[in-house]
Amino acid sequence: MLTRILSKVALALMVGLLAGCQGGVLDPKGQVGIEEKQLIIVATLLMLVVVIPVIFMTLYFAWKYREGRDEIYEPKWSHSTKIETVVWAIPVIIVIILGVITWKSTHALDPYKPLKSDKDHINVQVVSMNWKWLFIYPDLGIASVNELRFPENVPVAFQISSEGTMNSFFIPQLGSQIYSMAGMVTKLHLIANEPGTFDGYSANYSGPGFTNMKFKAIATETQADFDAWVAGVKAESIAGSTNNGILDQASYDKLAEYDLHAPVHEATPVQYYGSIKPGIFNDNVMKFMKDHGKVELLKGTTFDSNMIQGNSNHGEMNHGEMNHGEMEMNHESSEHSSDDMHTEAEK
Amino acid sequence: MSALLGKLSWDALPYDPIVIGTLCVVAIAGCVLAFLLIKHKLLGVLWNDWLTSVDHKKLGIMYIVLALVMLIRGFADAIMMRLQLALATSGDPGYLPPSHYDQIFTAHGVIMIIFMAMPFMIGLMNIVVPLQIGARDVAFPFLNNLSFWLAVSGAVLVNISLGLGEFAKTGWVAYPPLSGLEYSPGVGVDYYIWALQISGIGTTLTAVNFLATVFKMRTPGMKLMDMPIFTWTCTWANILIAASFPILTAVLAMLTLDRYLDFHFFTNDGGGNSMMYINLFWAWGHPEVYILVLPAFGIFSEIVSTFTGKRLFGYKSMVWATASISILGFIVWLHHFFTMGSSANVNAFFGVMTMIIAVPTGVKLFNWLFTMYRGRLRVTVPVLWTLGFMVTFTVGGMTGVLLAVPGANYVLHNSLFLIAHFHNTIIGGAVFGYLAGFAFWFPKAMGFHLNVKLGKAAFWCWLVGFFLAFMPLYVLGFLGMTRRLNHTDNPDWNIWLYIALVGALVILAGIICQFLQLYVSFRDRAQNLDTTGDPWNGHTLEWSTASPPQYYNFAELPVVSDIDAFTDMKEKGTAYVRKESYAPIHMPKNTKAGIIIGALITAFGFAMIWHIWWLAIVGLVGSIVTFIARAYTSDVDYYVQPDEIAQIENEHLDNVAKG
Repeated sequence: MLTRILSKVALALMVGLLAGCQGGVLDPKGQVGIEEKQLIIVATLLMLVVVIPVIFMTLYFAWKYREGRDEIYEPKWSHSTKIETVVWAIPVIIVIILGVITWKSTHALDPYKPLKSDKDHINVQVVSMNWKWLFIYPDLGIASVNELRFPENVPVAFQISSEGTMNSFFIPQLGSQIYSMAGMVTKLHLIANEPGTFDGYSANYSGPGFTNMKFKAIATETQADFDAWVAGVKAESIAGSTNNGILDQASYDKLAEYDLHAPVHEATPVQYYGSIKPGIFNDNVMKFMKDHGKVELLKGTTFDSNMIQGNSNHGEMNHGEMNHGEMEMNHESSEHSSDDMHTEAEK
Repeated sequence: MSALLGKLSWDALPYDPIVIGTLCVVAIAGCVLAFLLIKHKLLGVLWNDWLTSVDHKKLGIMYIVLALVMLIRGFADAIMMRLQLALATSGDPGYLPPSHYDQIFTAHGVIMIIFMAMPFMIGLMNIVVPLQIGARDVAFPFLNNLSFWLAVSGAVLVNISLGLGEFAKTGWVAYPPLSGLEYSPGVGVDYYIWALQISGIGTTLTAVNFLATVFKMRTPGMKLMDMPIFTWTCTWANILIAASFPILTAVLAMLTLDRYLDFHFFTNDGGGNSMMYINLFWAWGHPEVYILVLPAFGIFSEIVSTFTGKRLFGYKSMVWATASISILGFIVWLHHFFTMGSSANVNAFFGVMTMIIAVPTGVKLFNWLFTMYRGRLRVTVPVLWTLGFMVTFTVGGMTGVLLAVPGANYVLHNSLFLIAHFHNTIIGGAVFGYLAGFAFWFPKAMGFHLNVKLGKAAFWCWLVGFFLAFMPLYVLGFLGMTRRLNHTDNPDWNIWLYIALVGALVILAGIICQFLQLYVSFRDRAQNLDTTGDPWNGHTLEWSTASPPQYYNFAELPVVSDIDAFTDMKEKGTAYVRKESYAPIHMPKNTKAGIIIGALITAFGFAMIWHIWWLAIVGLVGSIVTFIARAYTSDVDYYVQPDEIAQIENEHLDNVAKG
């Protein structure tokens, strides 16, 4: 029957894909992606244990009990405690197994959890803009547009925010994606275990230039290669590149400009910033609160975002940070550079 | 901006040749239709017998007509998208610029879910549920008519956006801040808001109406656990509607306030938070998919038990499985955004909850299998759809559980794998179900049979087309292709995009067969009349009426004592008993109020979209006044006299005897 052939073809396709393909999430190049691929395979195989028999039984019963075959006919038979117990039990067992796998893997693969490695991680602050990606290296004092570079086998800790619409920061071959949202910071930890150039996208539609909102994530073979790139960006000496000088508020605002009506035909070219204004990332996360969030409380008192921090004068600027769904003080300060740890009051 | 026309100006007219062409075709088709109606002097019939009718059967048919019309529109969008993606590879921009393409994928989603699937489901529910429970109409016949016109009103607004202005360029979920004024300053999102808002209110009213109907108007002897399974699944769907659609109403109202009155519910600044919208949207959106698919499950249950000539296996299991799906459907919404940064505990909880839904769904599949077991399966068109569903939906269920594993979701979310998954469940589940129900109940509603050859051809085209169109999307998702891309430049993806286009064309052939089937069956109706009212040897009460059913449904309310009430009557020999005399039947009168309110609300929505404030006031006040006037009318009912009933009943019984 055609149905059976088709479902076979479909399954064969899926299995073939699981076996190997170029690029994409089934060809991972980093620990996170590799674990996620294994999870996909295990969960799929587990479900096929029920799915294949159900498809087979559907076609077999339909064929066996079709009209005119003189099989046993029991028009009033409609209940069997034995069968009912089994049909409830089978999916329950599969779901219990899957549920345990899910619970464990969700904790193991929590994008917010720093990756274990003998090497120190690199901090990268990611800003989605209409319709390009800005990568700020706070510890290195440089920034780039639509190009993300880091050494292989070094974990990268991303802080992700948006300048406008919501996007999703996604490098399929390295693993998990996380949304970017204005006025908030989300986190993601990835690593590349092989050198290479990987495609990066926005996975969440964000307006007319969305399709061209792509970048290259480049894992360099050695730390030295990476350091050389950093030095090149700082010295504005990378051949053929555009270096915009310092990333301060003025150049940040200029970069963030967009036109809703102008057709966008291609991705914004790679650009570099040889130096950055310290704290530029947090300033721009916080501006959604600062500039518009002032509320008159009492005569003469202005409430603004600083007050949330109370008297803490060493606290980080992170009210906007979405740490597991709630606004809370970030105590993982060792993870972040001193550049982003300053309050409004300190400025 | 003028006081008379608001934001409306010459700029609102289309300049895109594709749109202008479409509008010309629609205009010509409209003229031809109007000409035919006038030529055959059918305008009066249309108005008196259909548009103003409060008869649930006629409203059901009109809902399905609406669904089929919107199917054409939504499917045209689908073909255009697939064509764009097949052309726009390797750096080619294709033929649709983002400004048009982005409207198309938004319109496709909105139309297919809100204006195709929902009216189709509600249409079948309208035709069948009152008949299955032995009622003469729904609890509030006028409200039923009004709900229909509110659905039409929303559909009309969506279609006006094609010719005047634009539709939303946000995706069908319209997430802020993209859907806020800052990033979507045009009228597109306003069309979206008012179309959904108006039709959504209609849907809520329908649910209230049908809940009142099944709880209060079941025929004597029918306990809740005697209700036919389709009625049960509709009832759970209605509970879901009543509980979830108000959330949609509220979230749309908040977005409206953001866009019209400078509120800050969901804006980036001013303390707004778009995550709130996303949560609320899916608190409606997830139950919504069960609203679509549960009645389809009910249809498959009816078909399997009818065409195997057997009782449904595990009726109680089926009812409780439906109940648990409905309740669990409310605590899984977060799985639409595992990637928003919730903690591992939260994500894991929602992941596991989602998987648990696979249990009652699996039970349903097994129960259909064991209904076939030791049955006599007649492989008719409805049965083909059912078998196609069981195979297809199992695959869709599997990919759904996979997506529910947060660790897998982190790489599959928003990819074409997701698109393949939900088309797999919505087409393979809901749409196959509605088309099965369409073929199953068509003779009941219309009085003649559908052409079988074309029905089978339509099924095979849909099934093959579905696999060709959507299996490649699973592959593309694994290859890292995200959704809503306007063009691609990855050569590995091309072949799969081409296959998907071929699949869409095969589905197109299926849809053409479906419409051809309607035409041929109507043309040859005289030879294919269903004279007995019971063409399939049915189990439930709708088959005890004539085809099409007498307008009062039942001359005398049947007294039932079994789940398969009509089978029980046929076995006891009480199915076709000629009565000596009949009591007068109390019936509702037709009313113009529904269509008038619908027209006024459409004017109101249109005026709100274009900021034509005087017209908005006229529309809103006018509709409220009409409603109140109708509420104070006492001339709303009449009695059917016994001699008329006797004449109709005897004619039916004569036909049964002959048949």
